[in-house]
Amino acid sequence: MDVLEKLTILTDAAKYDAACTSSGGNRTAKKGMIGNTSSSVAGCCHSFSADGRCVTLLKVLMTNRCIYDCKYCVNRRSNDTPRAAFTPEELADLTIGFYRRNYIEGLFLSSGVFRSPDDTTGLMIRTLRLLREKYRFNGYIHAKAIPGTAPELVEQLGLLADRLSVNIELPSETGLRTLAPDKTKEAILAPMRQIRTRNLQSKEELVKYRHAPRFAPAGQSTQLIVGATPDSDFHILRLTQALYRQYRLKRVFYSAYVPVVEHALLPAKTVKPPLLREHRLYQADWLLRFYGFRAEELLDEQHPDFDIRLDPKCSWAVAHPEFFPVEVNTADYEALLRVPGIGMTSARRILAARRTGSLRPEQLPRLGVVMKRAQYFLTASGKLPEGLRFTQDSLLRRLITVENSVPDFQQLSLFDAMA
Amino acid sequence: MNEMIYLYDGSFQGFLCCVFDSYVYKEVPTAICCDEDSVPALFDTRGIVTDRNHAERVYRKLVKCSPYAASLLRKCFLTCLPQRELRMYHLIVKLLEQGSGFLRDPSDETLYPVLRAVRHLEGEVHLLKGFVRFSQLGDVLGGEIRPKNRVLPLLRHHFCARYVGDRFFLYDRTHREVLLYASGQACIRPLDDFQMAQPDAAEARYRLLWKRFYDTIAIRERYNPRCRQTQMPKRYWSTMTEFQGATYFTPQSSCAAVPDPGAPAGIPAPETLSGSGPFAPESIL
Ligand code: SF4
Repeated sequence: MDVLEKLTILTDAAKYDAACTSSGGNRTAKKGMIGNTSSSVAGCCHSFSADGRCVTLLKVLMTNRCIYDCKYCVNRRSNDTPRAAFTPEELADLTIGFYRRNYIEGLFLSSGVFRSPDDTTGLMIRTLRLLREKYRFNGYIHAKAIPGTAPELVEQLGLLADRLSVNIELPSETGLRTLAPDKTKEAILAPMRQIRTRNLQSKEELVKYRHAPRFAPAGQSTQLIVGATPDSDFHILRLTQALYRQYRLKRVFYSAYVPVVEHALLPAKTVKPPLLREHRLYQADWLLRFYGFRAEELLDEQHPDFDIRLDPKCSWAVAHPEFFPVEVNTADYEALLRVPGIGMTSARRILAARRTGSLRPEQLPRLGVVMKRAQYFLTASGKLPEGLRFTQDSLLRRLITVENSVPDFQQLSLFDAMA
Repeated sequence: MNEMIYLYDGSFQGFLCCVFDSYVYKEVPTAICCDEDSVPALFDTRGIVTDRNHAERVYRKLVKCSPYAASLLRKCFLTCLPQRELRMYHLIVKLLEQGSGFLRDPSDETLYPVLRAVRHLEGEVHLLKGFVRFSQLGDVLGGEIRPKNRVLPLLRHHFCARYVGDRFFLYDRTHREVLLYASGQACIRPLDDFQMAQPDAAEARYRLLWKRFYDTIAIRERYNPRCRQTQMPKRYWSTMTEFQGATYFTPQSSCAAVPDPGAPAGIPAPETLSGSGPFAPESIL
């Protein structure tokens, strides 16, 4: 089979994986080596696919042959689909060819389980070796650690890759038992623990010896499938929070389940992927990582799912009138961040600008504040924006209107998709 | 007060000399242009001679007042902000007369337009780091872009680091200049016209592989062209491999049939008409 055909099959089989960022690299260019990972710091998108997702890495499978039979997966053993496998040489050549032309920032290599987890990981290691040692490739590599792989092989993989990830996929044990009978929670968590431990060790060693080998310097991530199982947003968000805290994950990705198969335990094929729900989870994830929110502030047992009509930060603000209004001239950074329509950049600009004098409401848009949302929640020099009158009831309605009319691009297009 | 229009040579140093001369003549220019033809005949003009010493004196003074402002002004000079020279001029005057305090307020009325234009420039630079496409032409890598702002000086470091052991050029068709890099040395030169060479078989093959990858990676159930276009505005598409028509994937001196670049299972990217000009800088406001 020729490489074009393999590429088609193995891209098609890899496209449901959401992770495609290259964040966290900081290797500078070296003589005699190809590339670097410096632009990755800011997350360099090389293209956007027709579904609006960022394309940063060559995202393919080593092979889509698989001995497992996870019910939700296109590559499961029992699915009748064309199969292919790259040789390590083909894949290394493709990566270099694409990298040189500035098509990509690096490689994201995942795989079906071919013969056994160890055999598959062995193939991946050979590919990465070729890239790092023969081609002297210095760019970004994200590799999947397959549950059940021997720790020695995970170790080798981690020394070659910038980031490792183990996909949890199903957010609960019940889900795993019914839909991924070949995988166990323990088999998934074992490599995650190993990666966390080795990553920390290698950071400590690097402080002592500059040339100590780096183990997955860009850390690890995982993916959770949303909508294949009945798990609530609250459940998923608490799991996320635990993963960030206990496993020191760099990112958790969410993937709206796209029904690829009819199965009694899964949503029917006619069900649309829950894109807006996925979007709300990403927004909430962002609030956990950068805005100082805890999962328990955003949701609880009584309200286990996000309001689809409103972003999680607005929802929180509407439910906490006692916190508002926030006075932009005196509030600290953390309090500013809680105002809908104020982001990290505009909060920093507010802190800088108010040192030159008291801020007035009309200055705020120029500092990047989205007044359509923020106006209900702040004062500037004690004043509300001019002519603004609202009640607690009309507030919710108006915010939903804002969200529906001129929201950020993703929501806009997602609403279109739903309509 | 008299209407006075300054004419300078279009260089950053020339612009700094406009500032210098306005203090010498104790006058405030109503416009600062580098193209004589764009000046209405009714106005008085003053031709500003570029004097390196004068330029350096102004620049040193700027750096002394605020290194931040100096770097902001250098960047603003590369932007497509309408009347950028005049806006920069007013910023400098304000800086020299009031000190640097106002620079801390991004909403300041003199600073804001400059800041906004520079953010637009930096945004374009950031996007282009990803969207530039290179072709392997013999032993040289070559690429072409049509940006609104003069991005080459800001892309230089990035691509020199990426291709540290290589030779490459990057042509800016909007501003007709080219970034050249070979054996560790980079420079930017004006270049009036340039045609990209036809691809050889290997190059055409990689282009095809990339287009196939691009068309296949999209998930049909999530098809969302509006989101794509917001993140990757259409004006960038004309120089990107994935949006080219069939000839782009055909190697030079070959009449052999090439496989259809579109993917069987994917969402084929729309073609853009290459060479459909004009690509003059447009206003960002
Ligand atoms: S192991 Fe991976 S590739 Fe194989 S069926 Fe399960 S999810 Fe799919």
